[in-house]
Order: sequence, then C-alpha cells, then structure tokens
Amino acid sequence: MSDTVLESQPDLLVDHDSGTQGDLRTEEMLINMGPQHPSTHGVLRIVLRTDGEMVLEAIPHIGYLHRCAEKIGENVQPYQFIPYTDRMDYLAGMNNNQGFALAIERLAGIEVPARAQVIRVILAELNRIASHLVSLGTYGLDMGAFTAFLYCFREREMILDMFEAACGARLTYSAITVGGVHDDLPEGWIERCREFLDYFEPKINDYNNLLSFNQIFVKRTSRVGIISIDECLAYGATGPMLRGSGLRWDLRKTQPYDGYETYDFEVPIAYPAGVNGVPAGVVVGDCWSRYYVRVLEMTQSVRIIRQAMDRLPEGPTEAPKLKNIKLPDDEVYVEVENPRGQLGFYVRGDGSAIPARVKARGPSFCNLSITTKVCQDVLLADVPAIVGSIDVVMGEVDR
Amino acid sequence: MSAKITPIIELLQKQFSDIDFAPAPLLEMKDKSAEQWCVHVQPSKLFAVMSFLRSDERCSFEQLSDLAGVDYLNFPKAKDRYGIVYSLLSLSKEHRLWVKVFVNDPNPEVPSVVSIWYGATWMEREVWDMFGVRFSDHPDLRRILTWESFEAHPLRKDYPLTGRGEREDFKVITRDSA
Repeated sequence: MSDTVLESQPDLLVDHDSGTQGDLRTEEMLINMGPQHPSTHGVLRIVLRTDGEMVLEAIPHIGYLHRCAEKIGENVQPYQFIPYTDRMDYLAGMNNNQGFALAIERLAGIEVPARAQVIRVILAELNRIASHLVSLGTYGLDMGAFTAFLYCFREREMILDMFEAACGARLTYSAITVGGVHDDLPEGWIERCREFLDYFEPKINDYNNLLSFNQIFVKRTSRVGIISIDECLAYGATGPMLRGSGLRWDLRKTQPYDGYETYDFEVPIAYPAGVNGVPAGVVVGDCWSRYYVRVLEMTQSVRIIRQAMDRLPEGPTEAPKLKNIKLPDDEVYVEVENPRGQLGFYVRGDGSAIPARVKARGPSFCNLSITTKVCQDVLLADVPAIVGSIDVVMGEVDR
Repeated sequence: MSAKITPIIELLQKQFSDIDFAPAPLLEMKDKSAEQWCVHVQPSKLFAVMSFLRSDERCSFEQLSDLAGVDYLNFPKAKDRYGIVYSLLSLSKEHRLWVKVFVNDPNPEVPSVVSIWYGATWMEREVWDMFGVRFSDHPDLRRILTWESFEAHPLRKDYPLTGRGEREDFKVITRDSA
C-alpha cells in the first residue's frame, strides 16, 4: 500500500531521521479528526499520527453514540425492542427490524405468512436502495462532488415518501415486526412503487455519468485503501467491503431467509480495470471498487422488488396469537444481509417473555475495525476517501 | 447445516480426545438440517481448538462472525457466571459452528484469539468493557464503548438499569439559584 503511494509521488518520501520531506522540514503531529467532522459520517473520532502529508497511524475511538441498546433488549419484550433496532442502523431501519424479527421468530417457532414475507422483501430491498443512495451521495460529497449528492437524495426522498405511506414513518419504521409486518401495504402503493422503479432505474446511469466514471472521482478513489479478501475475512468485514475485494458472498444467496432463494438476482462483485467497463487505474479492493459494488447492487434490488410485486399473494400479514410470546430456554444466532454487511442477532431466552441476552453484531463495527490497518502510510487526504468507502453508521457501531 | 457440521464435530473429538465437547444444537428444531450446532471448550484449551478450526482444511473457519458475552447470574439452573459465545463462519465451505466457554469470578479470563482472527480485537475489547472478562495476550485491551475511567461493567446482570449514573447526583439548578 505505502509503496504504491510513494512510487507515484517520490517527493513525499519521508526521511524520518532528519525529519525532512522533500526540501520541507516536517515533524510528527497528532491530529484529532472528529467526533464532529463532516466526513466521518457521525460521531467517529480518529486520532491521526501524521508527518507532513503522510498519515503514519490512524486510531479510531468509538462509543460516542453508545445507548445501551443491548441492556435495554434484556429488559423489554421482543416486540418492544423492535423500535430500538431501527435506531441502530438508522439508514436501514427495515433491514434491522427484519434481522431481529427473524431471530425471535426462529427462537419462538413462529411461522410468517407468505404475504408478509414478500412485503418484507419489498421493504428491505427498497431500504437497501435508500441506504446505498445516501452512501453514494455523501461519498461524492466527501470527494468534493456536490451534484450527485442532490440527485441521490432526490430519489431517496421518494423512497422515504413511500415508506411514510406504507408505515407512517420516514426513518424509524418498526414496520417489519415479530411474526410478519405491522401494516399491510395501502391501496395503490404497488402501482406507485412500480412507477418509482420505472423512473429510478435509468437514473442509476445518471449517477454513473455524474460520479462513478468521472475522471476526478476515479483518480481520487482508485488505488486508495486497497483491502484484500484475506484481510476482509480476518477482520470480519462483510457486505460491499467483501464483494468490493472480489469475493462473491451474499447471505441472501448463500444462507437465504424470507424466501430470497426464490428470487432471481445476481451478486455483483468488483472487477479489475478494463473488465465490465471498469475505468483504468482501478484495482480490486480499492475505494472505487467498494463504491461501485453499491451502485451495481441497486440494480439487483430493483430486480428483486419487481419480482416480489409480481407475486404478492393475498392473505394475512401477521402470524396469529402473538401476545406474550414465551421464549424457550434456548439460544439462536441469525444473520441477515444488511446494506452494510452481515447483521447478526444473538438472542438467549430463559423461558420467560423477556430475553436473557440480546447481542447485535453490527456490520459497521467489524468493518470499521479495519481502519487502523488500511490507514497506514497513506496521504492525509485519502483518509476521508477510505473512511467514506467503508460506509459506517455510528448508531450501529456503538449501539 | 447439520449434515455439514457433524463431520467437523467428529473431527474435533478425534483431534482433542481429552476434551468433552458436549455438542448440542443451540435450538432444537423440527427441521434438523437447519439446527445450529455448538461445542463447549474449557478456557485453557480454547486457543488450541480455535487454531485448529481456523487452519484445518476440512474446517477452514475464515471468519469470526460474532463474539458475544453472556452473564448467567440468576439464570435458571446455570452453574457458571459468564459465557462467551464464538460464532464461526466458513465462507469457502458454507458452514457455521458455535463455540462456548464458561468462566467464573473472581478472575474471569479467556485466552485471546486476536492472533487467529484480527477482527477479534474490537470484539474482545467490547466484552471486556461490558462484562469485565479479561482476554489474556490481547495486544490492546482497553475499554471501547465507555471511557477509560469508568469502573463498572454495564452488561453484567447486577448493574442496575437506573440509580448508579451521575445524572441523579447532579445539583438541581433552579431559576432563583442561578
């Protein structure tokens, strides 16, 4: 990693003994990035040990948004904990609801009706698009491209409006609940969703023209923050990070839940420069690859939603007799594919209605732990590029 | 899942014949193939077992998905105080296994697995922060979610939901006294 930077910019070679860089005298300096910083996407604090323009070490400090969600989970009934899962990954509330609901359903042996499963898939995939739109837009913003941000948020706003029509909330939905979904879709919603998808799909091309294949953006993010598959696995980094490093692994395909095995979709991964239209300079596993995997995933989500809407069956949307579910003296671990990676819920029941332990495995938590490894001997300006491409949501890191 | 994991448990029992793994599903299900299997290991043997699970080709658990601490205080029929649950995932073989260790007061300590999976660095720090279980040979065992001078371990069952924080001790300032 450090070699690539230094080879391309030999002026930046640091002579540590004399403390000079080129013909400039430099010294080591500790810089505090955050907890209030626009490109850390929340209350993340990174202490950077710098020497001139080079970052020698980056140490993330987390916990500023710790709200004891797990402790609360041990003291309330599962359906009461659903709203807290919204607030973990507040950009992908639906996916978090779904993860926790699946864990409790598995533990208590609840069967989810077919209609509820399909509605869950529609909502979760729409939320994946909304979450990726925030990720793309703000990443462009970090890299100095303002326009794409406005376009991304325009489309995201439409999805939020649809969520508002479906469940009454724009961010903290609690729409997917234990045993099914809280509300059925309102009349005319499916037609509205179809209209939106027809409008949205060509827009992905616009983002590509505006941002993805923009030379300034490509130069800024390619060959930066390269992470290999082995490093991803060792650090537990999942989701677009793993696929951005070139490993085709998606829980919706490999360990499907809520009927994902019946949908026809592909799992996009990163390709080297020149393959499948990837611009020159890009290396598999760099920031651009991670970014572009998210763009490709949006197309696949559109495909899944279309199939789900075509097959939406009639019937109930919630399992019957859900009052005071007794959790058995057993435990369960369920992982789902959140927009950021594998979101896991470990729930330990003790025979009463309140779980003895609720543990959330936040994908951002594991993805972020790789920062120190990647931000070694990089340029200072590359730190926002790397942190932005990891796409963390601090609510989920700190829980 | 079950069909894939049975040979691994047999392999473990053959490799470590002195350990009683007591394999059991996390949750008994009607669909036996969907059951999630868990083995129990003593803290002293944990590192050897984990190294084997990571490096042996037939197991190849490349990823430590999750590391959860559990406090079994007041838990019905529980013998030990703290449990640590390791969720292992093999992406190449597409199977999962859960490993459990139990430790007790006054000095709960488990060997660290950071040298096997680097991702455990933060996960073990979180368990230390929340439960006060130490991880020997951890390179950087600081608190992670709370601050360094904080003394309690909030996810222990004897830590109350209200009543110990500083907020209650704050002096109430009224309009007149201000």
